[in-house]
Amino acid sequence: MSLIVRNLSVDHGAIRAINNLSFIVEKRRLTAVIGANGAGKSTLLRTLSGLIPASEGKASWGEHNLLKGKAEQHVRNGVSHVSEGKSVIPELTVEENLDLGALWRRNKKEADVTKKYVLELFPRLGERLKQRGDTLSGGERQMLAIARALMSKPQLLLLDEPSLGLAPLVIEQIFQTIRDIANSSDLTVLLVEQNAMGALKIADIGVVLNLGNIVAIGPSADLIADPAIRAAYLGY
Amino acid sequence: MEKLISASLIGLSQGAIFALMALALVLVFRSTRVVNFAQAGQAMVSTYIGWEVVTRTENYWIALPAAALAGALLAAIIETFLMRPLAKRASHGAIAPVASIIASLGVLGVLHSGAAMIWTSEQKLFLSPVSVNGIEIGSTVYPFSQADILIISTVIIVMSTFAFFFQRTSLGLSLRAAAFQPEISRLAGVKVDRVRTIGWALSGAAGAIVGVLVTPGNYLSPFSLDILLVYGFVAAVIGGLESPQGAALGGLILGMSLSFTSIYVSSGLTFIVPFVVLLLILIVKPKGIFGGGSSRNA
Repeated sequence: MSLIVRNLSVDHGAIRAINNLSFIVEKRRLTAVIGANGAGKSTLLRTLSGLIPASEGKASWGEHNLLKGKAEQHVRNGVSHVSEGKSVIPELTVEENLDLGALWRRNKKEADVTKKYVLELFPRLGERLKQRGDTLSGGERQMLAIARALMSKPQLLLLDEPSLGLAPLVIEQIFQTIRDIANSSDLTVLLVEQNAMGALKIADIGVVLNLGNIVAIGPSADLIADPAIRAAYLGY
Repeated sequence: MEKLISASLIGLSQGAIFALMALALVLVFRSTRVVNFAQAGQAMVSTYIGWEVVTRTENYWIALPAAALAGALLAAIIETFLMRPLAKRASHGAIAPVASIIASLGVLGVLHSGAAMIWTSEQKLFLSPVSVNGIEIGSTVYPFSQADILIISTVIIVMSTFAFFFQRTSLGLSLRAAAFQPEISRLAGVKVDRVRTIGWALSGAAGAIVGVLVTPGNYLSPFSLDILLVYGFVAAVIGGLESPQGAALGGLILGMSLSFTSIYVSSGLTFIVPFVVLLLILIVKPKGIFGGGSSRNA
């Protein structure tokens, strides 16, 4: 199974946010999409998870056409999306946020197994199950958002700027966790980041977006080594 | 002492009615952001259904759930075939926040005239299952009847059932999540459209129960429940418009203020009291008692 995006274009009204994008993410790879604000990164994820419609092109995960059907259907097909800005529901408790991700699952025993796994991964959440989402720190909220996505037992995890608004130490921790999840499970991860260096360091493959177009794609080590990419996106 | 007991019990009974009406409005508002003026009309039509059942079966206890079911169905139909398509078409620009309000006023008009056509505007008598006369203890007759006790206990049962449903069941969790954050809920796999319809249906059932509770002892006409819309809204706004607990508290505050003013001051003040209470509370807490903890997205 792989994520195949072919000639994908997405428009926001008269503005073309994504222009004729093509790339493939192999199974079990961690791919980072980097680029400046307005490069189309979030739009890409929102299109793949069924939140907004595409204008042209194709996108599929295995046999599932990602440009058809609603977001709630995509989750059932193994695609989980953690949207930008710590996507937890502040009014609900930590446990309710977690359970929400598995409500659609018929097999409650399997869902319980997933919950156990998720709480082992994020023991801090286990200590705060009855607390409301808005009592958590920024880092904990991001962990909860990822944990909630994992509760749906995804095969493809779409992460939108998990480092946004977090302290450097916490960012390092979150990136490490993402790498660990990708290593330890059968998960394919598409990570979108403005923190280009941090994302490329943990990724297998990097995709550089600029104004809706791919300007570079390749093993992330190669991108880090590329002087042009370094100057434009990594800041040194 | 008698005055105090009477005022408290009447306040409780009226407050229970306002609270349930407020809950109906809150359920719709929090899940779809619609200020539903049609609520009074929906409750009225459901009460007529209850009246049809009670005149045929002479059994109030069949009429109550029948009306609730009719109310749920009617609300689900309005949401699915009017409000949802409207929200999708009128999602941008100046019209977006008012389109649904105007539409709900339109629905209220349709329900008023539809009911007048089917049942005429002539007032119908809805028989009460219990005595509506004041309870006599010793030599004093309290302005408080078995019907009031029925109202209070039914509302307590209905509201506790709602609370249990929302806090303890999976569907209740989906409803709350979809109300707070529809987009995140979608991404978590909640079928938000379906859950919204259920929210409307529950609200319609709550409104129907209000109608079937207050109408016995009074007359039923196409306009007889409209005044409850005003009280219900005031109670809902006092409570913050988004919180079921707020609706309950708002209803209680309003019911008590009305009964204490009319018993201790003058019954001529009852039309002013709701707005005075509303203003006072909004001056102290502009977002209502339970309102506005956190901001909401999309």
